[in-house]
Amino acid sequence: MSKRINLDHLGLQGISFYGPLAWIGLLILVGLGCAYTMEHSGHVITGMNNQVMWGTPHVFAVFLIVAASGALNVASISSVFGKQMYKPLAPLSTVVSAALLVGGLAVLVLDLGRPDRLTVAMTHYNFKSIFAWNIYLYIGFLLIILTYLWMMMERRMQPHAHGAGIVAFLWRLALTTGTGSIFGFVIARQAYDAAIMAPMFIVFSFAYGLAAFNLVIMGLYNWTGRELGSFVTYRFRSMLRLFVGGSAYFTVIYHLTNLYAPEHAAWERFILLDGGIYTALFWLGQVGIGYVAPLLLLFHPGTRDSFSVIAGASVLILLGGMAQMYVTIIGGQAFPLLLFPGMEVSSGFADGVVASYVPSMWEVGLGLLGFAIALLIIVLSAKTLRVVPDNLSNRFLDPDHDKTQAELAEERALAQSA
Amino acid sequence: MTRYNDRPDDPDRRRLLGGALAVAATAIAPGILLVAPRAAGARMPTEPVTDAVRWGLLIDTTKCEAGCDHCVAACQTEHGWTDEPLSRPDQDAQWIRKVEVRDPRTGYAFSLPMMCQHCEYPPCADVCPTGASFKRADGIVLVDKHICIGCRYCMVACPYKARSFVHEDIEGQKAYSPRGKGTVESCTLCVHRVDAGRVPACVEACAARAGDAMLFGDLNDPESAIAKRISQIATTRIRADLGLHQGVLYHGF
Repeated sequence: MSKRINLDHLGLQGISFYGPLAWIGLLILVGLGCAYTMEHSGHVITGMNNQVMWGTPHVFAVFLIVAASGALNVASISSVFGKQMYKPLAPLSTVVSAALLVGGLAVLVLDLGRPDRLTVAMTHYNFKSIFAWNIYLYIGFLLIILTYLWMMMERRMQPHAHGAGIVAFLWRLALTTGTGSIFGFVIARQAYDAAIMAPMFIVFSFAYGLAAFNLVIMGLYNWTGRELGSFVTYRFRSMLRLFVGGSAYFTVIYHLTNLYAPEHAAWERFILLDGGIYTALFWLGQVGIGYVAPLLLLFHPGTRDSFSVIAGASVLILLGGMAQMYVTIIGGQAFPLLLFPGMEVSSGFADGVVASYVPSMWEVGLGLLGFAIALLIIVLSAKTLRVVPDNLSNRFLDPDHDKTQAELAEERALAQSA
Repeated sequence: MTRYNDRPDDPDRRRLLGGALAVAATAIAPGILLVAPRAAGARMPTEPVTDAVRWGLLIDTTKCEAGCDHCVAACQTEHGWTDEPLSRPDQDAQWIRKVEVRDPRTGYAFSLPMMCQHCEYPPCADVCPTGASFKRADGIVLVDKHICIGCRYCMVACPYKARSFVHEDIEGQKAYSPRGKGTVESCTLCVHRVDAGRVPACVEACAARAGDAMLFGDLNDPESAIAKRISQIATTRIRADLGLHQGVLYHGF
């Protein structure tokens, strides 16, 4: 069946292609302007400070990096788990994964205090640092998935694509373990210092990455007028239900474990009850928009079959994911360090009080740069490489399509005769 | 009263001085002293740093008054960090700060200076991707400004909020204490002074102008004043449960 689906590049020309590209270019220019201004003036113009050192750029960057590994899901299901129907989507899945990773890394690097010292980060390694491991994990991931993409697209190398897919799958698990462990390994902070951060980030990545990939597919097919069948979309819907449910499960376990330990009670009270913006973002953003609303939409019989609703649920999952990153990264820093357990502390340096943080437009611009870079890579790759299936019609993908259609016709005939 | 600093009358200092004077007396014209006095355990500039020495601080909170910040002012003067012109208060550097602590059940309160605790197992050095954060063999935790990329992971990892990120261009730096926009900095335990045989500026100021609550010295040397003192009184480390074995010890709570 899948032989009848050909991989193609976007055939768009003129304003229909260059118009959206120009908007992406504009966003990139604005983002680069923000990055330059931050680098030139210093972080003094940002909302970041010596209490909340990682701000909005890190929310965007970590989100994109986590989503990147999840966007490889579809390729992994095709190569590692042998599901043939996903095979036409595997190259695009790889492209989206690489694009999100490059976007996230760009934000991370441009936010450095000394981005000009990137070569230092490449030549000086402290192998005890999870950050240093991550540099290897990120670069290795890019090399592996680009090799994997080449093997899928080069006919002579296709026999090796399965092996490359397995390596890419294992590597992406390691990558997200590394990203989660950036927080899991921090012993100093009540919000972090938990082994569950690594597997929790892996499950988050499944949800964020698949939601992003689903939106890319829907967007590209809508843009080019290609046929997208329910066979693919409904399977994405099923996986999204599973991954969002898994994310909610890990979130519950994380908080339950903390609630059980008196030493973490203050942090839990802060995030669940009286943490102001962080409490609001947790309940309304991460839980409400990120878990409850998408699950309702994806399960409810009145909405679950609508493509628009599935696309909307994917957007909600991404928004909920951004809220989760904000709560984890910024909420985790804003909560005061526990210097003297059981004692009241005060100082002229915000000891014992919640640190303030207000995002600046420079940070938001830099964060959006990551999304813009990812979009640019996706669009240019789809334009120049044969990675987009020319159609994803049910009649080509569903092995039981003809049988189902025959049965439906038979039922209609019976109904008419009756 | 017990003086909490290593004083010139320490036996080690006398031995070292004696040796230096003997060398000077035989090699140089009599009456000219070319060798500066050095603290007990201080190395000669040509000698490598070794772990034979473990520099440490003992802070007696019973002598540390709330509201007194001579140690903070001395550190600012020594290293040149202050309220930067453009930075907000929460963005200003804070190498050392005074923290007031109160037990809400009993009302017992005390005050103490908080700075880099110079951990034996420093989380900042563990997480630093380039190795810019490092611990010298003698226990002093430092930042190599040449290879700090400004990622701030060390600040996230520090349990004591002892590190600062420089948010703007810096002018008028001290030659012995370089600072730079986009890099992280913290208490150096006045390594430039220690290497020259002197005590940190905060310790000196506390002894001269405040309650003499800070004692600096070599924790490895059983004859040092700090080693003797901590063998006689109860001491604790802040967040000792983290197992970081800091070089800064506290007494009084």
